[in-house]
Amino acid sequence: MMDTYSLLREIADSWVLLAMFVFFLGVVAWAFRPGSRKVHDDTANIPFRHEDKPAGDRDEPGRSAQRELRQ
Amino acid sequence: MWDYLKLAIYGLIAVLAAIAASYARDIAYQVHAILVVLIAAGLFVFSLRTVGEKKAVATGYMDGPVRVGVALTAFWGAVGFLVGTFIAFQLAFPNLNFAWADGYLNFGRLRPLHTSAVIFAFGGTALITSSFYVVQRTSGARLWGGNLAWFVFWGYQIVILLAATGYLLGATQSKEYAEPEWYTDLWLTVVWVAYLLAFMGTLMKRKEPHIYVANWFYLSFIITIAMLHVVNNLAMPVSIFGSKSVQLFAGVQDAMTQWWYGHNAVGFFLTAGFLGMMYYFVPKQAERPVFSYKLSIIHFWALIFLYIWAGPHHLHYTALPDWASTLGMVFSVILWMPSWGGMINGLMTLSGAWDKLRTDPVIRMMVVSIGFYGMSTFEGPMMSIRAVNSLSHYTDWTIGHVHSGALGWNGMITFGMLYFLVPKLWNRAGLYSLKLVSWHFWLATIGIVLYAASMWVTGIMEGLMWREVDAQGFLVNSFADTVAAKFPMYVVRGMGGVLFLTGALIMCYNLWMTVTRSPVAETADDAQTAPAE
Repeated sequence: MMDTYSLLREIADSWVLLAMFVFFLGVVAWAFRPGSRKVHDDTANIPFRHEDKPAGDRDEPGRSAQRELRQ
Repeated sequence: MWDYLKLAIYGLIAVLAAIAASYARDIAYQVHAILVVLIAAGLFVFSLRTVGEKKAVATGYMDGPVRVGVALTAFWGAVGFLVGTFIAFQLAFPNLNFAWADGYLNFGRLRPLHTSAVIFAFGGTALITSSFYVVQRTSGARLWGGNLAWFVFWGYQIVILLAATGYLLGATQSKEYAEPEWYTDLWLTVVWVAYLLAFMGTLMKRKEPHIYVANWFYLSFIITIAMLHVVNNLAMPVSIFGSKSVQLFAGVQDAMTQWWYGHNAVGFFLTAGFLGMMYYFVPKQAERPVFSYKLSIIHFWALIFLYIWAGPHHLHYTALPDWASTLGMVFSVILWMPSWGGMINGLMTLSGAWDKLRTDPVIRMMVVSIGFYGMSTFEGPMMSIRAVNSLSHYTDWTIGHVHSGALGWNGMITFGMLYFLVPKLWNRAGLYSLKLVSWHFWLATIGIVLYAASMWVTGIMEGLMWREVDAQGFLVNSFADTVAAKFPMYVVRGMGGVLFLTGALIMCYNLWMTVTRSPVAETADDAQTAPAE
């Protein structure tokens, strides 16, 4: 019968290590997937929207401001 | 209904704390219990006066906590730097450990006050404040949970108050960067869960399809700190009426848990959280999106996967098994890669806008901050290598390394954040004086250079003196010899601290004048930045 430490250690340095490494490679591959550039460009520009007030449901400048006034 | 429930809760807390104060077994616990009575009674009166008031439906961004947070960040910074400068001179001139204040204001009591004031009061308030600002802007949504954000904010300030007064009165569990005793730890846990809820809640009602990368870093900081804090502070109080507690772990397990916590406090509090700041405020100040969003994703995941293993490098040549300290060392060295990936991403955000460095001292501050991030994340992995560590460990080199990271990276990016936020939050056309920002920039930079350079010299010198043996194999120097040899460098370090502190005081003045004197933002478009509170 293995003690808890040895058992956990064996799991950690085999399957868990492999799982985390594969997950990381998956993240890298996902970041470079075809078509990601458009999404990333859009996401990278988030800080330049909604500077002054929260977004309305449809994000058009002017419309969302009116909706907020009515609330 | 909620109003009456609140009154009952505050009243109950005040009464219980008063009972605890009268049964207190030590002075720190008694003072803390009295503080709790005062806070709860104050809240009781405040709630009583506002019972039944109709509250307007809140719209727009919730910037109240952010505004108070900006002011308190600047305040805690000044306090933390002042204490740090004072204890630097205490090391150079031991007479500053005044006999009349022995047991309260000597180096041993003030040192944790300094580290907690700069890391948790200055850094922590900066993180909570900026995360509340950033998560709203990048989600296009008001903070979730109504007044939960106020609870998080003031709850955290109470943690700081209890920690700081506790250190001076001797309540400490002697774990570096985790000194506060059990009841402060429990309270911080409650506050932190509320923080996680407020942050996650806001992310969940976001109007953008994607979660901006800054929020990933902030979220990892909140979650990891919760995990580290709970595990490292597992302790059994000796009495519920006393501040003393006993750690659940002992021996090398305790040491490993402590440095798993300690290094990840650096990794997730001082790095991941502040990277969240970098990924929002640098693009905003440079007025262009981050250099590579792909790189920022890889930066995030690589940092998360690697940092958590680096802790054992604090325990080279100890009872810790060799495999564990080798593991820590290897991961620390690999960590260099994502760190520099992040640095390059931050710096290259300015590509095409480098001319701003000439005209905008705020962006200069941010760029120098990223530079120091790169420098200290190169120095750190190097020092974690066992052979280098045998020279550097226990010397002032470590202190120098910590401060080039903390003053350079954390300090400068926070100053940049404050200079960015104050005109926005108070609807001002701009800062009161850019010239004063330049003064702050140069004072702070020269201060850090004096600090780091003197600590390199004194650290390597004392490391070499400690290991020097004569032909017979006897040690050449006594410990006191190294102390005497370090004196000039200690004075230089203190002077560096004075410069850094002066810069911070200039910043406080500049920010105050911005709020009170700077002209209001003029155009109709700018006028809408008036916070809807």
